[in-house]
Amino acid sequence: MTTTAEPGAATAQAGPDRHTPEALQAEFDAAVAADTRIEPRDWMPDAYRSTLVRQMAQHAHSEIIGMQPEANWITRAPSLRRKAILMAKVQDEAGHGLYLYSATETLGVSRDELLDKLHAGRQRYSSIFNYPTLAWADVGAIGWLVDGAAITNQVPLCRCSYGPYARAMVRICKEESFHQRQGYELLLALSRGTDAQHAMAQDAVNRWWWPSLMMFGPPDDESAHSAQSMAWKIKRHSNDELRQRFVDICVPQAEILGLTLPDPDLRWNEERGHYDYGAIDWSEFQEVLRGNGPCNEQRLERRRAAHDNGSWVRDAAAAHAAKHRKAQA
Amino acid sequence: MTGQTGESASGASSSGQSADGTPAAASTGGQWPLWEVFVRSRRGLSHSHAGSLHAPDAEMALRNARDLYTRRAEGVSIWVVPSSAVTASSPDEKDPFFEPAGDKPYRHPTFYEIPEGVKHL
Ligand SMILES: [Fe+2]
Ligand SMILES: [Fe+2]
Repeated sequence: MTTTAEPGAATAQAGPDRHTPEALQAEFDAAVAADTRIEPRDWMPDAYRSTLVRQMAQHAHSEIIGMQPEANWITRAPSLRRKAILMAKVQDEAGHGLYLYSATETLGVSRDELLDKLHAGRQRYSSIFNYPTLAWADVGAIGWLVDGAAITNQVPLCRCSYGPYARAMVRICKEESFHQRQGYELLLALSRGTDAQHAMAQDAVNRWWWPSLMMFGPPDDESAHSAQSMAWKIKRHSNDELRQRFVDICVPQAEILGLTLPDPDLRWNEERGHYDYGAIDWSEFQEVLRGNGPCNEQRLERRRAAHDNGSWVRDAAAAHAAKHRKAQA
Repeated sequence: MTGQTGESASGASSSGQSADGTPAAASTGGQWPLWEVFVRSRRGLSHSHAGSLHAPDAEMALRNARDLYTRRAEGVSIWVVPSSAVTASSPDEKDPFFEPAGDKPYRHPTFYEIPEGVKHL
């Protein structure tokens, strides 16, 4: 640190007990309990740091892998307006990835290292992006349901105990609401269009509904990391709580769309004050997680190719910068 | 690089250093340096810290910052500063460095009791 001119400060700093492991842990616990944010240069338990790195890296990877299924439709968007919107959305997702990578770097890892791990299959991204976008209506279903589920997950993360993560989430959440609304508007246009357009919208919702519910992760009693993350205030609500919130929001939205959700067990439960919904097929989730989803290989291959194909650009930029540094020296 | 570097994005230490200021275990060889981005959101306001990004040089850092932090016209002016050029007060934000201000409540107007009814004070 810079030296202080205050003699008082210098003595206080030499205080005997502030840096024992117990004192540091107690200070950390007190900060979490008091809902103050943990900042990068604060002491934190190793497990807290590694949990954050794992979660934030996975989140960052999901943002950039998530560009692929939608980018698939940019060249075939039905109008210039829709094309411009879709490009802006995909560009936002790249931005979200960058916010999250730099927030993760505050924990002492480098972005290159994280990308290497993604490319080697050693860090995950959200399973939802291993499903294909078969029709134009899928762009709408993704905006409405996938971005909608992401928002439900992300809004509480704006109050996450780790400052840089929380700040990145604030920025991301602001941008996400356009993603969801454009998707809803797109589906509405199709739903109110010709019979064929309506059918295409319904088919997309049928295919994306269940995978979207799986985005909230396994049920609470099977969720490995949940309890500790809740205690650390990285997570504020349980998986099932957030899933329920999402279902309750979507049902009336689907009614206005004039589309149905593909779940015969979906009905209002007066007693609970929530919608009941049918059993989720977790074996499908596990299969996709294991790498056996429809697009796992394609997504990773595309990501590696994009990285490799960009290497000459990175090299050229670095060479240009080095040349100019020399010229200035 | 020497000393503590500034907050980034979100509050980063610079690349190549872990959050507690010790050299990061991972090699960061070849990675573009980290820049802190400051954005003036409109005329009349000061620049404030928006986040950080990697770029090979200042010019590219500016362009990247425009694309990353002002996609919705959030700014009219951008500064980029190499993260390694930021000197920060202390690795520990609860440091007694700030203690001298702690016991001087008389620097705040609320310290003073003024009879009721006194106006414009
Ligand atoms: Fe996003
Ligand atoms: Fe999004």
